[in-house]
Formats: sequence, structure tokens, C-alpha cells
Amino acid sequence: MKARERRLGLPPWLREEDPEGIVMSARIRLARNAAEAAFPGWAGNEEGERLGRRMLSVLESLPPLAGGTVLRMEDVGPLERQILHERHLISHELTGKGAGSAVLVAPDETVSVMVNEEDHLRIQGLVSGKDLPALWTAVDALDTRIEEQIPYAASPRLGYLTACPSNVGTGLRASLMLHLPGLRLAGDVEKVVKGLGKLGLAVRGLLGEGTEAFGSMYQVSNQRTLGESEPVIIAHLLQIADEVIGHERRARQRLAETRPGLLKDRVMRAVALLTHARIMSAEEALDLLSGIRLGLALGWVKRLEWPELDELFLLVQPAHLQKQAGRSMGPEERDEFRADLLRTRMAGVEWV
Amino acid sequence: MHCDYCGEQDATVHLAQLLNGEMKNLHLCKDCAGKSGINVDEPVSLSDLLLKAGQAPGAEEAGKKDIRCPQCHMRMSDFRKTSRLGCPACYDAFAAELAGLLLGLHKSHYHAGKAPSGTRLSHAIHEQAEAVSGRLKTAIAAEQFEEAARLRDELKQLQGELREDVCHEGS
Repeated sequence: MKARERRLGLPPWLREEDPEGIVMSARIRLARNAAEAAFPGWAGNEEGERLGRRMLSVLESLPPLAGGTVLRMEDVGPLERQILHERHLISHELTGKGAGSAVLVAPDETVSVMVNEEDHLRIQGLVSGKDLPALWTAVDALDTRIEEQIPYAASPRLGYLTACPSNVGTGLRASLMLHLPGLRLAGDVEKVVKGLGKLGLAVRGLLGEGTEAFGSMYQVSNQRTLGESEPVIIAHLLQIADEVIGHERRARQRLAETRPGLLKDRVMRAVALLTHARIMSAEEALDLLSGIRLGLALGWVKRLEWPELDELFLLVQPAHLQKQAGRSMGPEERDEFRADLLRTRMAGVEWV
Repeated sequence: MHCDYCGEQDATVHLAQLLNGEMKNLHLCKDCAGKSGINVDEPVSLSDLLLKAGQAPGAEEAGKKDIRCPQCHMRMSDFRKTSRLGCPACYDAFAAELAGLLLGLHKSHYHAGKAPSGTRLSHAIHEQAEAVSGRLKTAIAAEQFEEAARLRDELKQLQGELREDVCHEGS
């Protein structure tokens, strides 16, 4: 299927609901490289392209990628690249790549492989919820299948060798996307972030930068890739994430008891602005949608389904917006189009 | 405030990230930020940047020879610029320089996860050696000298395999 024929359906990591609206999705990625070849960033163009094509021809016929989508970056236009990035199917690094780079997406969009990114291969799994162990099983199986066809660069002491020393060993980055509006509202995010750092985990805003996360969406991930096995890394991450989820729950409860007005204002302000505003930046939209998410979890917002709401987190982003408009738009025009889209989508919403 | 890299221009890009439980700050001028490949639209890995700041060619480095990877010809100075290695053989070529960095990043020197196909992991050999060493002590305590001699030979062989790994990595 060609890039432009792709429909903008709901990706699988937005398809299930968490009634509390805290856990959004789980992601695993493995960094792998072909043995005895220069890493993509150092290889000559011709050498990189040749290896990229060879790897692609192997991957295309490998289950579960076979029958899925293959996008060669040389065929993908700038807007489409941005859309793939907004959908977390390709990294920012791959959006800048040309011939020899590609992404293969399995038919159900759960697993995908990037070719010639920072490493030769980046195997990725993305699902809604937090079932990282099941996702690891799927990604591990695909990894083993690929390794039978493409011998990997590895050493007895350091395991899988990667372009960046921060990934060497397991090559594994496991992460959970969490929605933490309660902690944000209570002003406790910084404290939690610091605590997680001490435990060897990294926290960053999923949308936007640093700890000032747009839409109160945070990505918690492992940092270490040596000295621990993959199941241990994942179990550790899940254990700590459960504690964070507990903190978020308690923060909401505490706010409901001590500052009910603040909590309600956050939700109702979001409803008011999203249903009436005429100009809306992406940053503001994400922030208000987070308020709606909180309202839905608390039962104050009605006649709106989780997947419908979560889709909006994607649709308000610049490339998705231009795709829907069917034309390229400057920032000012986008802000108006975004406000119109949100008013339409939120028109049927009720609140108590 | 001056840029942490060049120390000349005013720092206009400010980065903060938690690294091993500590909040690290980095202040850069626009030029140095651009040269470091910082895209303000994209989350930045401060560990990458600190890596570079720590490795800015200083007095200590000036006299040292710039090691080159025999396979891909990347030099240590190239790695310092990009924080990315050139090829798998760079891990051998720059082993001594990378050792401290890896320990800092991962608090470990060994891969303890999935075994790459056809690779016997040092970690696994190490664990086996520990187990044999334990059995050896028990055998000596129980005065089972024949068994102890056998275990001693086994341990020697395992230790030899481990040494080979280290020599290989360090060569």
C-alpha cells in the first residue's frame, strides 16, 4: 500500500479504554544492527542504501510484517512523514532520512520495524494498556525471526551492539505512556519525576518537552540496557509505574476532598473553551483535552467515548490537521481549523 | 550566562533533565545548540550532551593519540562529536575509553539479557564460574579431592574463556 492511500484510522494503542484514564499505552523498542557493517550514521550513502534494501527484502516476507505496509522513505512526502511521526510509527530521526531507510508496519499496526534509522533496525511494539510482558513476547519473537535471516552485531560481553552506547546490551527501551493530570494539578509532578530518576527511570513529556508535558502526558522508560535481563527491566518498570499510578489516584482523591472547586474548574474550563473557542494552539488544545480526559474519568463529562477523545490528541497535531484539511496550512490558519474541528467533535458532549 | 560549550556567547537554550536522580542543567548558545543537533521541537537526551561537554577536547586530551577504529576508520574524536560509534568493531577499538562511560550509563559492564544467536555470553560464563567455584569449596570442605580437582580444572577453563572476552574487547 502506498503512503498516500493509508487511512487515518485509530492506531491500536488508542483502541482500549482505561476507566481511570491513567495508563494510555505501552511501547517496546529494540535496537539491532547487522554484523560487520558500519552503522547508518557512519556508512557511506551507497553502502547504507545497499544494506537497507537487502534488509528490507528479507523483512517484507517475514511474519507478522508480511502483508503489512512498507513505506520507503524516498517515496514518502514531508506531510506524510510528519503524520507517521505523530502516530509514533517513525522516530524524528527517520523523518529526515532518504533512500535506504524505510518503515514496515504489520497489518494490525502493533509491531513495526524501522530500517536505517540511528541503528540498522529498530523493532517496535506499541499497544494500549500496560501489558509490556505480552508486548515483549511479540517483539522478542519477531527479533528472533529476523536474527535467523540477518546476523546481528553482538559481543559476548556487551550483547547487542548499537550506534549509541546508551543502548548497547539489550538494545531495549520499554516505556509506558501515563496521563497524570491529578499530580500536575496538585503540583507534585516534579517530586515524582525526581523519585523515578533515582530509580534509574527516565520521565519526559510525551508531547512537548522536558517535564513541562503538554496534555499532562508522560512517558516513563528504562535507562539502563546492561546488567539486567529484558524481563527484569520490564518488571522493574511496571512495578514503579504501578506506584506512580497509585500516586495519581491518591492525588485525584485528595483534590476531590480538599480542592473540589479546583478539580471541577479544570474540567469545566476545558469543556467551555473546547466547545466555544475560535482559535486554538496545539499546546492549548492538548492541555484542555487532558482536562476532558480527567472529566471523563471522574464521570463529569458524558456522551463521549475514550477512543473518540484519544483520537483528538492525534488529530489536533499539525500534520494530522493538514491531512484532514487536504491542504498545507500556516500556523494561524491551523489554529482556526483546530478550533473548528474541536467544536464540531465536542458538540454532542454533555457535562454534570 | 555564557554557553557551557564555547564559553563565549550568551546561552539562550536551557536544558534540564534528571540523570541518575540528579537534575542536570546545560546552557548553550544558539550556535552550539545547532551544532549539537538540538532540535527544539524534539525531546533532547541530556546524557548525549553531557557526554559531549565532558569530552570537549581539553588539556588532558591534547597529548593523547586519537585512536582510530581499524574497521571503519572512525576516530575517537569523531565519536566525541556525534556520541555515535561508526561500526560494531568500534566497541573493541575504543574499549578502554568506553568502559567508564558504559559503567556511568548502565552501572554494569555486562549484558545479562537475551543471548544473541551463536554467542555465549560472558555473563552466563561468569555465573557458571561462580556456581563451580561454590561447588569447589564444598568439595574441598568435604575432602572430596578427586571431585575438587575436576572442578578446579573446569573453573580454570571458564576463567580462561572470560579472560579471552576481556582481551578481545580490549584489543
